[in-house]
Amino acid sequence: MAAAGSGGRAAIVASAGQPLIRLRGITKRYGEGAAAFQALKGVDLDIQRGDFVAVMGPSGSGKSTTMNILGCLDVPSGGEFLFRGHHVETLDRDQRALLRRRYLGFVFQGFNLLSRTTALENVELPLLYRGEPAKRRRELAMGALDKVGLKEWWDHTPAELSGGQQQRVAIARAIVTHPDVLLADEPTGNLDSERSVEIMELLTDLNGNSGITVLMVTHEPDMAAFARTVVHFKDGLIERIDHGMRAKAGA
Amino acid sequence: MNAETMPAVDPTLVPPDPPKGVNGVQLVLTTVVLAARQIRRHLMRSFLTILGIIIGVSSVVTMVTLGNGAAQAAREQVSALGANILQIRPGQGFGRGGGGPQPPDFKPEDVEAIGRQIAGVKAVAPQAQSSGIAVYNAANWSTTINGTTRQYFTAQNWFPAQGRIFSGAEEQAGKAVCVIGSTVVANLFRDTDPIGKRFRLRDLSCEVIGVLTTRGQGGFGNDQDDVVLMPIKAVQRRFTGSRDIRNIMVAVDDGVDTAGVQSAIEDLLRERRKLGPNEDNDFNVFDTKQISDTVTGIYSLVTSIVTGVAAISLLVGGIGIMNIMLVSVTERTREIGIRLAIGAVGREVLMQFLVEAVVLSCLGGLIGLVLAAVAVAVIAPFMQVPVLFDPKINLLAFLFSAAMGVIFGFFPAWRAAQLNPIDALRHE
Repeated sequence: MAAAGSGGRAAIVASAGQPLIRLRGITKRYGEGAAAFQALKGVDLDIQRGDFVAVMGPSGSGKSTTMNILGCLDVPSGGEFLFRGHHVETLDRDQRALLRRRYLGFVFQGFNLLSRTTALENVELPLLYRGEPAKRRRELAMGALDKVGLKEWWDHTPAELSGGQQQRVAIARAIVTHPDVLLADEPTGNLDSERSVEIMELLTDLNGNSGITVLMVTHEPDMAAFARTVVHFKDGLIERIDHGMRAKAGA
Repeated sequence: MNAETMPAVDPTLVPPDPPKGVNGVQLVLTTVVLAARQIRRHLMRSFLTILGIIIGVSSVVTMVTLGNGAAQAAREQVSALGANILQIRPGQGFGRGGGGPQPPDFKPEDVEAIGRQIAGVKAVAPQAQSSGIAVYNAANWSTTINGTTRQYFTAQNWFPAQGRIFSGAEEQAGKAVCVIGSTVVANLFRDTDPIGKRFRLRDLSCEVIGVLTTRGQGGFGNDQDDVVLMPIKAVQRRFTGSRDIRNIMVAVDDGVDTAGVQSAIEDLLRERRKLGPNEDNDFNVFDTKQISDTVTGIYSLVTSIVTGVAAISLLVGGIGIMNIMLVSVTERTREIGIRLAIGAVGREVLMQFLVEAVVLSCLGGLIGLVLAAVAVAVIAPFMQVPVLFDPKINLLAFLFSAAMGVIFGFFPAWRAAQLNPIDALRHE
């Protein structure tokens, strides 16, 4: 990491052929001794830049744990995690936060917008932490809101928006920093099927046209069908990876 | 994997930013914005949070300002007794000590002896005081009667605005002539010119020969202009009924050490009152400056006690901030989770809550200062003390309230910063 400044060129050459994300033998154990629970038992996974990955599996299969690790919200107990060719499993709390700030965007099932806060202010939030000046924050946030089709709603608080609209604001917040990866944890879990399809089309569009790699956890095969790659988890391991999906995406 | 279905690899691919520190100034600016938003969104709660600080700051500043004003007023009032003035009274300490026979009053000869034998004395004025109701036509007025000599006017540096003081002959004869203060004029004579008029004072008919210049409030909250000055012999003969003198006022020449004159007078009076070498003085010679110092000392003591109590309320206000901030951190756990997930580092969350606490407490401090200014402006006239704006205590109280924010905001902020983003996001 320390050599990144001077050795930047070399690193680019070295990483050119690598996947965006590489997991090798990732394990995760919660608790100690007899009460310990092995959530992940050695996960190997490569995710290519620009892919649209759906992660599926029953509860407790390890998909959420994997997503938390991929989102740098949690650290693995063992194994290697390379992001853009760099080891991130050894990063400390602050370094992971800076990495999230720079490269990752999050969309949650429960939207997780700040209440009593306008859509614009919600979308501006990540920019605030990046130290963007007020004018540029507003510009970028309005651009992101425009992208999700909510430009006219910028001064509405979450309480004044429908579920679908709230999730769009959350997506705008996730993409306003132009992240490499968008991590979506059951983004349609709280929405009806019509709204769900709209959100999925939005994600597909961002993936196709903005080149954002999308990682999505879902229970619903209908939603997973929008993905190009589907990863199935079972009992803390990857059971199966289906490549080259996307029945609906082309439509 | 089908390469054709995927967008081309971004040519600007760069390794992750080398982990770097967060810019301090940027951090504060960002968090101040966030804190201001948060306070604006919860106006009522914010107000209740800082109520303790508001009350604490405003009571401390009000107490100190009024206390300073009262001390100042006391000093002014005492010094209004006259600069370089010694007061001589029988007894020990202020008033009379308990028990024992009453020490005798002074004799006219004592007054003469002081004037004759002590160097550096500008004027010696005996005083015999009484009180009574003055009547003129339909008006009557209860006032203070002060029997004295011509030297009183010199000692007090207080002369008639109209008319004259009593002559030596009138003084010797104890004639019923009087020089009256402006309050007596206003209440007894109203718009008539009092000079040459006779009015009844108790059972004595008295001629007004002079009206003193207005002095305003003085002494110990008394009205200095509510006075009738007469030759001492007239007062002694008609009102007090003896030649005894309760009080001698001595004015010391400018540039002469009052302490030297004071001890010279003490020696002289001990001799005249035939006190043995082992006997304590049965009289007192007060320097007005000593009285002033004593009074000021009492006021500052009272002020510091009251201020101490008020400071405790400020401390309680700080604890109030901590309580609300802790509740706020718990209530906003999910928000903290969102911020952490978005990429806020622990320090930024800590700073946000700390800055919020400090901004709140500073706001409380400012409101407290304004409230104190209003309170002082309202109360000071009732207490009849001057308003002395003291920048030091205002600044100190404000800084103290800011410090309360830092001290009591730190623990909740630290708790917030320690939260795990995953758990925080799951928090309902």
